[in-house]
Amino acid sequence: MSTLTSLPRPATAAAVDAPRARFLDLVAAEWIKLRSLRSTWWTLVVAVLVPWGAAAAAATADYDNWPNYGPREQAAPHLFAVHDSFPLEGYLVVMLASGALGALAMAGEYGSGLIRTTTVAVPARGSVVLAKAVVQTVAWTVVGWICAVGSYLIAQAILSGRHATIPLSYDGVLRAMAAAAMVAPVCALIGLGIGALVRHAGGAIGILTFVVLLLPQFFSQNKQWSSDIRHVFPISAFGRLTEIWTAPAHPGFYPATLTGSTLVYLIWPVVSVAAAVWIVRRRDV
Amino acid sequence: MASSLTAGPRPGIDLRAYACGLVRAARVAVAGPMRMTPGDGHRGGMIEVHELTKRYGDKTAVDGLTFTVRPGQVTGFLGPNGAGKTTTLRMILGLDTPTSGGATVGGVRFADHSRGLRHVGALLDAHHVHPGRSAEAHLRALARSNGIPARRVGEVLEEVGLTEAARRRVGGFSLGMKQRLGIATALLGDPPVLMFDEPINGMDPEGVMWVRRLFRRLASEGRTVFLSSHLMTEMENTADQLVVIGRGRLVAAEPVRDFAARSTRRSVLVRTPQAAELTAVLLAAGAEVEPDGHAGSEGLSVTGLPAERIGALAFDNRVMLHELTTRSASLEEAFMELTADSVEYLAGQSR
Repeated sequence: MSTLTSLPRPATAAAVDAPRARFLDLVAAEWIKLRSLRSTWWTLVVAVLVPWGAAAAAATADYDNWPNYGPREQAAPHLFAVHDSFPLEGYLVVMLASGALGALAMAGEYGSGLIRTTTVAVPARGSVVLAKAVVQTVAWTVVGWICAVGSYLIAQAILSGRHATIPLSYDGVLRAMAAAAMVAPVCALIGLGIGALVRHAGGAIGILTFVVLLLPQFFSQNKQWSSDIRHVFPISAFGRLTEIWTAPAHPGFYPATLTGSTLVYLIWPVVSVAAAVWIVRRRDV
Repeated sequence: MASSLTAGPRPGIDLRAYACGLVRAARVAVAGPMRMTPGDGHRGGMIEVHELTKRYGDKTAVDGLTFTVRPGQVTGFLGPNGAGKTTTLRMILGLDTPTSGGATVGGVRFADHSRGLRHVGALLDAHHVHPGRSAEAHLRALARSNGIPARRVGEVLEEVGLTEAARRRVGGFSLGMKQRLGIATALLGDPPVLMFDEPINGMDPEGVMWVRRLFRRLASEGRTVFLSSHLMTEMENTADQLVVIGRGRLVAAEPVRDFAARSTRRSVLVRTPQAAELTAVLLAAGAEVEPDGHAGSEGLSVTGLPAERIGALAFDNRVMLHELTTRSASLEEAFMELTADSVEYLAGQSR
C-alpha cells in the first residue's frame, strides 16, 4: 500500500474519490472570503461604533434637557429611554453598512469576474448564493446584537445619572432591542438580492440607499394609502418595532402595526434571497 | 487494479509527482493513454463538444462546433480574436448556456457537478480574482468550497512559485503573477482535465518556458490539457493537437504537424552579399523574391524554386551564398491562410 501511494495517482481518479459535496464547506468558504477583505472589518467597526455613538449622543441630549422636562416626562416609565437606546440616525448607518456588505458579497464577485472562478469551482450556483446568505445572516446577526446591546447599555448608563432608565423587563423593550439587532441581517440580505440583480457594486449600493433610505420618505403617515406604502419598507418597520408605545390610528395618522412590521422583517430578506438564487441560476455568468 | 491505485491518499501534484513525471511519461508511451483512465470508462478526461451554438441576438458567436479533446495530449485551441474561443470554453464550463448543442467533460455536463475543482481546473482570465484578497485566502476559500485540504494551497502556491507572495493582496500582482495564481487555482483540485484561456499573456520569457514544461508534464501524466491562444507560434512549441476555429466555426481539428503541412506556400531563405545579382537571376528563372530579415542583412525569401535549383543557379552565376535554408511552412502561415476569410476585425488591407 505504501509503495502504491507514492506513485502518481491516475489523473482521472480525482473524479472518483471526491468527497461528498457539503453545504457547510461552502459556508466556510464564503466566511473565508468575507473575513479576508479589509473593507469587511472597517465596515463592521463603523457599523458598531456609529449606533453606539448615536445612542450616547441621544441619551446625553435627554440628560442635559432633563431639568427642563415637565413632571409627565420625568415620571416613570421613561419611554424616551428606548428611543435613546436605538436611535434611527445611528441604525440607518447599520442598515446601509450591512446592506452594502451584502450587496458587495454578490456584486463584488461580478465586478472582479471572480464569480466565474467561483462558478467553475462550484457549478451549483444556487448553493453559492445560499451560502453567502447564511454567512451574511450569521455575521450581521452577531454584529447587530453587539450594536443593540451596546447602544442600550450606553444609553442606560448615561440616563442612570437622572434615574431615567427603562429596564429590559419592561414590556416591549426586549422586542425593540431585537428589532434594532436584526435590522442588520435583514438589510444585508436585501443588499445581497440587489447585488445579484444589478451585479455592479456602485449601482447596487445606490439602489440599496434609494430603497432603504430615500423611497420611504416620499410617503407620509397621514393618508391611508400613503402610509400603506410607507409601512412596506424596512425603515418604517424598524421605527415601529423599536417603539414601545405609539398613538392609535386615527384620521391623519396611520401608524404601522407590529405584525405588519414583523412581516416586513421576514418577507424582504426571503424574497431577496429567492430572487438572487433564481436570477443567478438562470443567467449566464 | 484501478481501485487499489485510487484507494490510497492522494499525492497530488507535488514534488514527488515531479520526480515521477518521467517514469509516468515512459509508462504512457508504452501503455498508451487509455491505460491512464481505468475504472472510469474510456472517456475519463475527454472533452466532447457537439454541435455547440451560441447566438446573441442575431449575432452568432459559436456556430455548430463539434470536436473532441483527448487525454494525454496538449490540445491547442486556436483562432483569431473574436473567433468564439472564450465563449466555447465558457459553455464547456457551464458558465454560458448554449443556444443549442452541448458539451461534456468525461461524459458529464460540467454544470451537473455540484463541485467542480476535482473534475476540471480552469484559468479563464487571470483577472478573475478579488484584488483585495491575498493569494492564499483566495485559494483557501476555493479549496474549502470543494472539500480540498488546506495544505493543497501551500502546495500549488509552491508549484507556481508564488510562496513568497502568498500573503500579499492580489491587486498588487503583475499580470504574470496573476496568471500563475490562475494556474494554481486550476491545479488546486488535481483534476484530470485542465483548460487555460491565453495563459501566457503577460508572462516573462522564464514564465513562458515554465508553463510550457508544466503543460507538457500535465499531459504526460495522462491529463487532458486544452489551451486557447491566438498565438500560433506558442502552439507550435506546446501543442500536440489543434482545434482551429474562425468566426465560431470549426476550421480544422488535427495534429499540429498535419496542420502546418497544409500551408501551400513553401519558401527558401537565401543570404548573400550579392543580393541584387541573385535577385535578377532568380526572377529570370521564374521565382518570386522578397527581401527578408533585418535591414542590412542580405536575406531573400524565395518562393517558386526549390533550394537545389537556387543553389545551382547561384553556382552557375558565381554568386556566393552565406545561407540556403528551406523553411518548412509555419503554423502561422497555415493559420493565416485558413482563417483569412474568417477574421473578425480585419486591419486595413486583406493581404
